[in-house]
Amino acid sequence: MSAKPAILVLGWGNLSRGDDALGPLFVAGLQERLADELHQQVEFLEDYQLQVEHALDLDGRRHVLFVDASLDCPAPFLVVPVHAQRDTSYTSHALSPEALMQVFEDLHGHAAPAATLLALRAEVFGLGEPLSALAQGNLQAGLEWGLNWVRQAANSQVA
Amino acid sequence: MSFELETAANPQGLRRVAIDPVSRVEGHGKVTLLLDENNQVHQARLHIVEFRGFEKFIEGRPYWEVPVMVQRLCGICPVSHHLAAAKAFDRVLGATPITASSEAVRRLMHYGQMLQSHALHFFHLSSPDLLFGFSSPVAQRNVVGVVQAHPEVAKKGILLRKFGQEIIRITSGKRVHGTGAVPGGVNKLVTAQERDSLKQDLAQMLEWAMDAVDIAKQLHGQSEALYRQFGSFRSNLMSLVRRDGAMDLYDGVLRVRDANGRVLFDGVDDQKYLDLIEEEVRSWSYMKFPHLRSLGREQGWYRVGPLARVQNCDFIPSPLAEIERKEFVAWGRGELVHATLAYHWARMIEMLHAVEVIAQLLDDPALLSGEMMSHGERQRGGVGIIEAPRGTLIHDYEVGDDDLVTRCNLIVSTTHNNQAMNEAVRAVAKEYISGHEITEGLLNHIEVAIRAYDPCLSCATHALGQMPLDVTLLATDGGVLDRVQKSHGRGLTRHIDSPIGLEA
Repeated sequence: MSAKPAILVLGWGNLSRGDDALGPLFVAGLQERLADELHQQVEFLEDYQLQVEHALDLDGRRHVLFVDASLDCPAPFLVVPVHAQRDTSYTSHALSPEALMQVFEDLHGHAAPAATLLALRAEVFGLGEPLSALAQGNLQAGLEWGLNWVRQAANSQVA
Repeated sequence: MSFELETAANPQGLRRVAIDPVSRVEGHGKVTLLLDENNQVHQARLHIVEFRGFEKFIEGRPYWEVPVMVQRLCGICPVSHHLAAAKAFDRVLGATPITASSEAVRRLMHYGQMLQSHALHFFHLSSPDLLFGFSSPVAQRNVVGVVQAHPEVAKKGILLRKFGQEIIRITSGKRVHGTGAVPGGVNKLVTAQERDSLKQDLAQMLEWAMDAVDIAKQLHGQSEALYRQFGSFRSNLMSLVRRDGAMDLYDGVLRVRDANGRVLFDGVDDQKYLDLIEEEVRSWSYMKFPHLRSLGREQGWYRVGPLARVQNCDFIPSPLAEIERKEFVAWGRGELVHATLAYHWARMIEMLHAVEVIAQLLDDPALLSGEMMSHGERQRGGVGIIEAPRGTLIHDYEVGDDDLVTRCNLIVSTTHNNQAMNEAVRAVAKEYISGHEITEGLLNHIEVAIRAYDPCLSCATHALGQMPLDVTLLATDGGVLDRVQKSHGRGLTRHIDSPIGLEA
């Protein structure tokens, strides 16, 4: 049985709810654009929302990239490091990346892998709505940044 | 079963309290309470503020796309929508019954969904309230608090859910956006290797599911008065049952019991659900209020979901869950159990049943080989009903000669429970809010009552920065007196200058 790829890209959202699709579209877009030689170092996951069991997906990684649509970050996107932290993200459909990292550390008893959050600026979330023009531009900008992030993460793997 | 406290007799001069949206349920809801100057509750309502457009989302699409598209209605129970739609289009194709292999794969998918959803709800959404107390500090009363204080409990919940999701991945083809069920059957079976990988973990899952039932029972035993009384009210119960009266969560006929346990309707064909129920619109909520057609709106509302199913069936066709069902029924002392918190106990009995059914199905050779598709004479429309984790889910479609959906009617579990959740809010508000100062802990009592129904209010959208909880005080002229919002990493913040939404 092969080991897990050291890099995880995890995006979430609903493809049929306007800009909520940014997370999964980022995952699909990055997967498509990534150079062949890097694919075996990266696992791509998408889901409807960040949930407690994703703590299990963090296990065995060295770098994690979380990707979600955001209503309050500056356009086109915001990149922030994520650290384990208890917070009030107790809604089942909106567990924060920080809280997920905390779940991981409490479950496993050791530090979570290095993690980064890519928040893509969004504006519409209606059922059946297409991706907004703003979000399309933000997605393209985010993908350019994402390709660089994967290359750097992969290089730090080798080092 | 009257509507006491739904509408205040004299709303002038009352103060309004809004909880918007309800945290830790799927989507967004708002609770408004009209209080007088002595904090006596005069009106209590649960508003559903985002529950529109599902039918329009579906109409005009080719029928074969629909079982995949409807998964996007809900990020929490996509598999239930997937299967209910597939069942409806089996009827449209005249492909009934489906093949033995198709039914085995679909049932495995469905009971995997039931397992993962029930595990999430009990271990991660409700356990903070149940383990720490309804008035415990909000900083502790969340899933991270549970993991820290009870890591073994939290880990069981995560791994039970993961097991259910692995079943979904194997049977539907993908972890999300699966395509396994298609109109007329399925498009893949299970391989021997996949089956064996699931069987490896079965014994552990069964043990943990039994542990979960024990936890629920212990909670009822330790605080019996609370668990009997909290949010309790009498109602009719509705669910699917197998034709012989057994619990069946995938298929069957509709049965309704009255509040005394007497069977009112039985053996109702799922294709004729509209003979049994009708839906009513009320001005203050986007969500409809279904009720039994023959009994009318005041006497005909009912509850669905685990509490209804465990008591509506005559028996559970798996040995361990049947033992637990009998114990649950005995707790009612000869009466139906109407306590809101008993949903948790019933939910865990169903989770145990789901694991037992999964074990039975994994030994079924039809899972591995056999015909996948049925065919028949094309029909104009069809209805698919399934018992989703939260209760009865109805998909009803008509399809044109061009294969496009021309009409769609969906009644989701939370809609069936709309009146019941309102009743629960009123029961709790009357007992716990009146005469007290409004505190976060007290308001959480109301949320605890709503959460017991595991409602899926908007079929989840989300984004970083959205507010999971919003508490508002309104004057009778609509002016905002106070508004408290909770958000990720920011704790509580106060805003009094933003609009509230639906009329209270």
